[in-house]
Amino acid sequence: MNKTEKFLDTTVKFINLVAKVLPDDVVERLKLLREKETVTMSKAIYDSMFENLEKAVSLDRPICQDTGVIQFFVRVGTKFPLIDEIGDLLYKATLEATEKVPLRHNAVETFVEKNTGTNTGKKVPYIDYEIVPNSSNLEMDVYMAGGGCSLPGRSTVMMPSAGYEGIAGFVAETMVNWGINACPPLVVGVGIGTCVASAAKLAKKASLRRVGSRNPEPKAAEMEEALEKALGNIGIGAQGLPGKSGVLCVNIENMARHPSALGAAVSFGCWAHRRGTISFDKNMNYTLLDHKGVTL
Amino acid sequence: MNKKILTTPITDEDVKSLRIGDIVYLNGTLVTCRDTGHKRRVLSGIVPRTDLKGGAVFHAGPIVKKVGDKWEMVSIGPTTSMRMEKFEKEFMEITGAKLIIGKGGMGEKTVKGCVENKAIHAVFPGGCAVVAAAEVLEITDAEWLDLGMPEAFWVMEVKEFGPLIISIDTEGNNLFENNKAVYKESMEKEMAELSKKLKYMNY
Ligand code: SF4
Repeated sequence: MNKTEKFLDTTVKFINLVAKVLPDDVVERLKLLREKETVTMSKAIYDSMFENLEKAVSLDRPICQDTGVIQFFVRVGTKFPLIDEIGDLLYKATLEATEKVPLRHNAVETFVEKNTGTNTGKKVPYIDYEIVPNSSNLEMDVYMAGGGCSLPGRSTVMMPSAGYEGIAGFVAETMVNWGINACPPLVVGVGIGTCVASAAKLAKKASLRRVGSRNPEPKAAEMEEALEKALGNIGIGAQGLPGKSGVLCVNIENMARHPSALGAAVSFGCWAHRRGTISFDKNMNYTLLDHKGVTL
Repeated sequence: MNKKILTTPITDEDVKSLRIGDIVYLNGTLVTCRDTGHKRRVLSGIVPRTDLKGGAVFHAGPIVKKVGDKWEMVSIGPTTSMRMEKFEKEFMEITGAKLIIGKGGMGEKTVKGCVENKAIHAVFPGGCAVVAAAEVLEITDAEWLDLGMPEAFWVMEVKEFGPLIISIDTEGNNLFENNKAVYKESMEKEMAELSKKLKYMNY
């Protein structure tokens, strides 16, 4: 196989893996939450979730019937050999994976309002690029954005006087009003920026950061922990039913802002948080960063 | 612990004593019907072959595949029930369905329908599509295929299909509505506490 074929083949297999096996950090946290839960209804749901994860592997089927819109978050080295072809290859990989996994058809062309039946369409699969100078590697997250968990996402710009407590309130309200239908326990990604767009993008990236990781800025990390605790105490359990285990994690990503604007956004991930990170070297040898011990 | 199992056709007696939060399982016939199916049944008067008196209805759009001349269930999970709020009450009245299964709560109109028709709404854990598919013994009929795979009226035999958590009972109790009120109250308390910690703005 040449480099192009190797990249394509590996990416298709990786999409297949992400649809069927949750990343290590998510599974580990789900186990902890399951142990902590005391309410019968919520416990019964955790039992089903774990049974479902086992059956997805033994029957070789996607964890959830909604395999989402396929999204790639690419960090590409300027010297990566396939830098000019990535977009085309990820498009092809999505087409192929749709057949092979199989994935549900989740791309509806807007205005035409027709399902393309291929999981591809205008700007779909969604690809986000970051350039890494002086590197010949590529690292990327693959994420399956289900409809249920995309639905409650929100972005806004507040007056700075609203403060960080204003951001916390915005996140909590969104979770209680809409997030509870997004199959909790939830990954809560919070973005703090200067406009709706920058905040929303950071919120999305926050939701893709590993469960258990912390923002390097001490105050932001403190807010992550405090908000995680507060949201956990609201009394929401699995599937939005009463319980203690409705929050997988709170991750915050931040940037500098305009003196008179405080952008805030929240992006949720459901319990079936189908995210994976893979890296390729210049010879297209891969490493799986979130699925230890798995070979494609 | 003994599993509480409902078997179709379900009677008034079967559901009368069930209360929100109870967990039950289903044996017998289960059909899928969602947005367009509800609309068709209620507005057009087109009647499916399968009698729904005492029946169980699942708000779900499955992935199925055809093997020979039989349909096989690959993956099936609940979809948001609230989308069927507009037609569910009439649907229950016309069909005599006793058990509605989906995801998340339903509204006041459905609550009324449940009380008047002695019916219940229950939720199946979202995202547990492989578990659900494994509890389907076989697909016995497929109607309304013109609506497409997710919207068609799939008729299945199921065994110990669940867990199903009762969210609306025949007395008119509504689990999700009750919960929302409780969550809002405790959210305000938690946020008031948290606010004290988040004074990061300089002045
Ligand atoms: S929110 Fe997630 S787990 Fe629930 S149905 Fe959608 S994709 Fe599946």
